[in-house]
Amino acid sequence: MSTDAATTTLGIDHRKLGMWTFLGSEFLFFGAFVSAYLLYLDTTADGPGVEIFDIPFTSISSFVLLMSSLTMVLAHHAHTKGDMRRMRLWILATAGQGAVFLGGQVFEFNVFVREGLELSTSPFASSFFVLTGFHGLHVFVGILLLASLYALSLTGKIKPNQDVKTEMIGLYWHFVDIIWVVIFTVVYLIPEIAVVE
Amino acid sequence: MSSSTTERTGYAGRPRQRDGFVGWITTTDHKKIGIMYFVTVLVFFTFGGIESGFIRWQLGQAEQSVLTEEVYNQFFTMHGITMVFLVVMPFSAAFFNYLIPLMIGARDVAFPRLNAFSYWTYLFGGVFLYSSFALGGAPNGSWVGYAPLSTDAVSNMAFYAVGINILGVSSLAAAVNFIVTILNMRAPGMTFMRMPVFIWMALVTNFLLLFALPIIAVALFMLNIDAVFGSQFFEPATGGDPVLYQHLFWLFGHPEVYIMILPAMGIISEILPVNARKPLFGYAAVVFAGAAIGFIGFGVWAHHMFTSAIGPVARSAFALSTMFIAVPTGIKIFNWVFTMWGGKLRFNTPMLFSIGFVSMFTIGGLSGVTHAIVPHNAQQHDTYYVVAHFHYVLFGGALFGLIAGIYYWFPKVTGKMMNEKLGKVHFWTWLAGFNLTFGPMHLSGLLGQPRRTAVLPGELGSTVELYNLLSSLGFVVLFFSALVFLYNLITSTRNGEASGDDPWDARTLEWITPSPTPYENFHVIPTVTHRDEFWHRKYAEDEAGRAIPVPAGAAEDHDAEAAHDEHIHMPDPSYWPLVQTLGFFPFGYGLVFGNFVLIGIGLAWLVIGMYGWIIEPVAEGDDDEPDDAGRTMPTATAGAR
Repeated sequence: MSTDAATTTLGIDHRKLGMWTFLGSEFLFFGAFVSAYLLYLDTTADGPGVEIFDIPFTSISSFVLLMSSLTMVLAHHAHTKGDMRRMRLWILATAGQGAVFLGGQVFEFNVFVREGLELSTSPFASSFFVLTGFHGLHVFVGILLLASLYALSLTGKIKPNQDVKTEMIGLYWHFVDIIWVVIFTVVYLIPEIAVVE
Repeated sequence: MSSSTTERTGYAGRPRQRDGFVGWITTTDHKKIGIMYFVTVLVFFTFGGIESGFIRWQLGQAEQSVLTEEVYNQFFTMHGITMVFLVVMPFSAAFFNYLIPLMIGARDVAFPRLNAFSYWTYLFGGVFLYSSFALGGAPNGSWVGYAPLSTDAVSNMAFYAVGINILGVSSLAAAVNFIVTILNMRAPGMTFMRMPVFIWMALVTNFLLLFALPIIAVALFMLNIDAVFGSQFFEPATGGDPVLYQHLFWLFGHPEVYIMILPAMGIISEILPVNARKPLFGYAAVVFAGAAIGFIGFGVWAHHMFTSAIGPVARSAFALSTMFIAVPTGIKIFNWVFTMWGGKLRFNTPMLFSIGFVSMFTIGGLSGVTHAIVPHNAQQHDTYYVVAHFHYVLFGGALFGLIAGIYYWFPKVTGKMMNEKLGKVHFWTWLAGFNLTFGPMHLSGLLGQPRRTAVLPGELGSTVELYNLLSSLGFVVLFFSALVFLYNLITSTRNGEASGDDPWDARTLEWITPSPTPYENFHVIPTVTHRDEFWHRKYAEDEAGRAIPVPAGAAEDHDAEAAHDEHIHMPDPSYWPLVQTLGFFPFGYGLVFGNFVLIGIGLAWLVIGMYGWIIEPVAEGDDDEPDDAGRTMPTATAGAR
């Protein structure tokens, strides 16, 4: 814990409270995009619809992203113990899994475009690409944050007693994962099952 | 007390100057940032005022064409955007900046550099919007930016979508900052129910911003991507639904109304008790009414859309919730009236503006309730009746309250009084000019005058024409009234009468410290034992319950004063907020013109700026100090970033 937390009114470090507050806002950001997607689920303008999704493929990349939350927790745990070598190892693992997920998304987008689903094909296509694209951007920012955490822990800017920094980035990373759980369920799984039945 | 300048260690230099030009542009001091917000607001208010002057000139007579339709559309759109996003919201932010730390007994906000970031983002967002005049025309699709008109290339609304999003970043950063400050930096003993009402209203406002801004961001991103990159969100040809835009816009837009009015409500809830020499009537009721407005404010948005395709069930539900939200607002109005009731009223300028707020806002509130009645609403939709209504709540309400705050806290900021005689001239001409301008609009609207129409149609008849002439004359009165205010502001800043530390015999913590406020705000952080702490330090009660002054000096924190050789740690200035936010220019122009190179440059700039921010040297004793493993040091700005 940061030594400063004890001097605050609520006993929480400012940065952690700030991150929680910001994430509260982020939920509404994705909430609005998900609502728009659900509205346009069937508005495909004779282009491809939800049947285009490759559920097994996306399941695997989703699993990788979910597992990255585990390594994130391990990184924070190592940091609370002051074990910076292990903390850096887990941070690298987390960022790597994030990169695998992102690579999967780029591949998936390419496949969809080749099969005729482009940003301008239909409102369905627009809302799919923009929603998942913004999520991908969040993952990318997360990877940048993790890489910075790794680099700055080497220069001594992030010290063994400052695990609040790892915790804060962890909060963001877990948020990005939780949002993906919602997106994968609502955007991919449920509509696909409805189509199959 | 030891000096608050400290040695820094690290990779590159960090500005050390507190004064002069460099001192201003690198400042992280909440007081200076508050003043910068206010000065910038005055500039944009002038722009917005000039635009409205042209509008009134054009509409002064029927069938008149001072401006072409094209220019007129740009002017009324920019007038709305300017007044909402570049005047009223940042005007409130100016008060938040200056007053929140002072009123809760803190030395700065939670994240001082983020605070500077918010200011520069606001300034550059405004400059970005106004640069559109030189780059192919300003937005001309009204401040609501309804699709599909706004996705059309001729509407220039890409500038609107990107510009408002940049301003949204500023407000979102500020909201996080102020929420953390209020929740986490209160002086010892300052429990929630001892917070000044202004702080409560600031807290509710910033939560509204926090939850409303992401929704408008989504709407504006969709608009932006539709207009520039060819997505189909609001394109009816492929099945896109323009009503979705309206829902998203007003789901933000209605809380936005309360974002603009609640800070003013907070301000007058401070001024009325001081000048009635009574505590606020029903403190808890005012606080909970404010919170209730915050919640219900998210459930009334569709009353802006009663003429759109939303169906009878939605219309009925939103009609009910719209009537319901008048209840907490009414509670507040009665509390203010009962605060004044039986008090020893002092009619100084801040008090006059506060009473002006209560009366003008009540008129605007009542015409607002008429919007809840669906058929009546359909009749008024897009007429000048609506224009009259929202000017009564935003001008007669928000602006009156904010100006009251300027007169009231001017001595706090400068140590001087504003000229009272000029202040009264300003108030009475402002009140008369305001009512002359917007009062007749109720009637011309009910007679059928449409909004957002460049030429006043002659067939509406001579009565409507007369009302428009009166409105235009009202603008002239307001113009001269504004000049009086500006003159008063400038001359009083230079050679106003000295005010002393506590000119109003006030009740709240900001007046405990000397005026003008010292750099570190409080020499000693006060310990709070009462609501209206400062009043209770100055006055005790006799057996009959009358206030009697306590002996001079008895109000001081003697124990704390004795023990005060603590190291006061203040945030250092920084170049990086300014440098980083300049990156919004290439990024914004890239998004408007669909230029990926510019977008890339802008993003890289913002990221590099962020790294500069993170690795710039920090002060001794900060927990970021590189060679400081494990040392603990109490700091006034815990975790300042």
